[in-house]
Amino acid sequence: MLAALKRWALKKSPWVYHVNTGACNNCDIEILDCLTPRFDVERFGILLAPSPRHADVLLVTGGVTLQARGALQEVYRQTAKPCAMLCIGSCACSMCIFADGYHMAGPPDKVVREVDPDAFIAYVPGCPPKPEAIILGAVKALGAL
Amino acid sequence: MKRTVVPIGPFHPILEEPLRFELHVEGEHVVDADVRISHNHRGMEKMCEGLSYDQIPFLLARVCGICSASHPMAFCNALEDLCGCEVPPRAQYIRTLICELERLHSHLLWVGLAGHFIGYNTVYMWAWKYREPILDLFEKVSGSRNHYENHRVGGVRRDIPDEVFPAIRKTLDELEPKAEMLLGAVIDDPVIHARTKGVGVLRNVDAVAYGVTGPTARGSGVNQDIRDTEPYAAYDKVDWKVVVQPEGDVFAKAAVRLLENFESIKIIRQCLDQIEPGPICADVRELPEGEGIGHAEAPRGETFHYVRSDGTNRPVRYKVRAPTFVNVPSFKANVIGAELADAMLIVAAMDPCYSCTQRMSLIRDDTRQQSVITHDELLQLSWAKTERIRRQC
Repeated sequence: MLAALKRWALKKSPWVYHVNTGACNNCDIEILDCLTPRFDVERFGILLAPSPRHADVLLVTGGVTLQARGALQEVYRQTAKPCAMLCIGSCACSMCIFADGYHMAGPPDKVVREVDPDAFIAYVPGCPPKPEAIILGAVKALGAL
Repeated sequence: MKRTVVPIGPFHPILEEPLRFELHVEGEHVVDADVRISHNHRGMEKMCEGLSYDQIPFLLARVCGICSASHPMAFCNALEDLCGCEVPPRAQYIRTLICELERLHSHLLWVGLAGHFIGYNTVYMWAWKYREPILDLFEKVSGSRNHYENHRVGGVRRDIPDEVFPAIRKTLDELEPKAEMLLGAVIDDPVIHARTKGVGVLRNVDAVAYGVTGPTARGSGVNQDIRDTEPYAAYDKVDWKVVVQPEGDVFAKAAVRLLENFESIKIIRQCLDQIEPGPICADVRELPEGEGIGHAEAPRGETFHYVRSDGTNRPVRYKVRAPTFVNVPSFKANVIGAELADAMLIVAAMDPCYSCTQRMSLIRDDTRQQSVITHDELLQLSWAKTERIRRQC
């Protein structure tokens, strides 16, 4: 009952926290682009949260580097559960061009599943995905919750 | 006075990329600073050694999403230095055009973020709104809003169809008054003057000693621009001037970027006038053994690439030096003595792009207990100061 209530509440005005774990910056800029006048996702109550503790949705960009691995897991632990995670961009979905890098720990879904095997993870592929795709991804993820 | 260490990062909500700053503060004033990078280190130089020369530009565009024309540009310069091939004029102009459009969108992006840092979210929204038409142009010209993938050794991958030229002109005509409006909004505003003039001064001698590049150097009176000193692409065929401001403070750096927007518009217009039909790529069959170096002026400063070839289709060694790598240490020269509320603004003024900069470092310091002030609290401090000044004005 309480869990169902929490999931229902999560869909309204989701606050997002943005983590760059090894991206080239482009997905991050497209995320910020979503917040600026042309796309303006604030219309739907989506806001960038200043701390993972306030976040309903974690936006992860880039494959995870060895150095960022612990930090991502820590950020995920700090989020209030239930928390959806959105892997944005090809690197975050599958490592893509960086799959062979010697300093990569793996894609973010794998890294987060190490601490929470039941994590709710959605994927938005593209290099970088267009803001429209990010918005569609967020809508579909929230619909599936 | 008691000294406190203020850690910022590695993840903070607005500056996009992971980086850790440690500010040592006494009261309100910063007395020492330390920078830790490498959260974003992806081992690109090593990965380049496993790719063929035709594949490398795709990887290098992903060194940094904002400079995704400058890094492949420097790569092409390095390879063309190595093999000594002639690039067709049409390709030169297309390269120049892409690089300048990139500079425009990057500088507008910076103006927006800088506005956000001092609590002027209106400037942030404006600047990003005016940036959108440029991204639309990129989509028309190259098929993608951010990764253009246009450069290759010997020329460019895709031609710009002539029917796109009027659209480019129209966008520039619409952008110019908006850029003037932004310039006016910054130059005439007493609050912005109070927040940025005399703040984070990087003296000319320090700029030279730290070897900073790009708008960070030109804001300190160093007349240095690779497009001018070692012209590549078509920069020697168009008329433009290097924007230099002598003061070295945050205001001067902002002024350099805002004025450079007009130079970029000027360059693009001349490219559109001068470009003529012709081939877009030279036929490069073989690369000799040897070394090549290439520079390019990215929006943030000089990008330097080095390649060593053994005559095969893969490099033996590839080296990238991104502009932020030399700009970040200058933080130490201009943040010391500044107020804590100004610290974020001073960092932002050099337009750091950490993705480019990530090197390996072996410092691990996760266990030390420190008093924590978050990036958000720093932002609040900065906004409160603007509010205070606004009330006094």
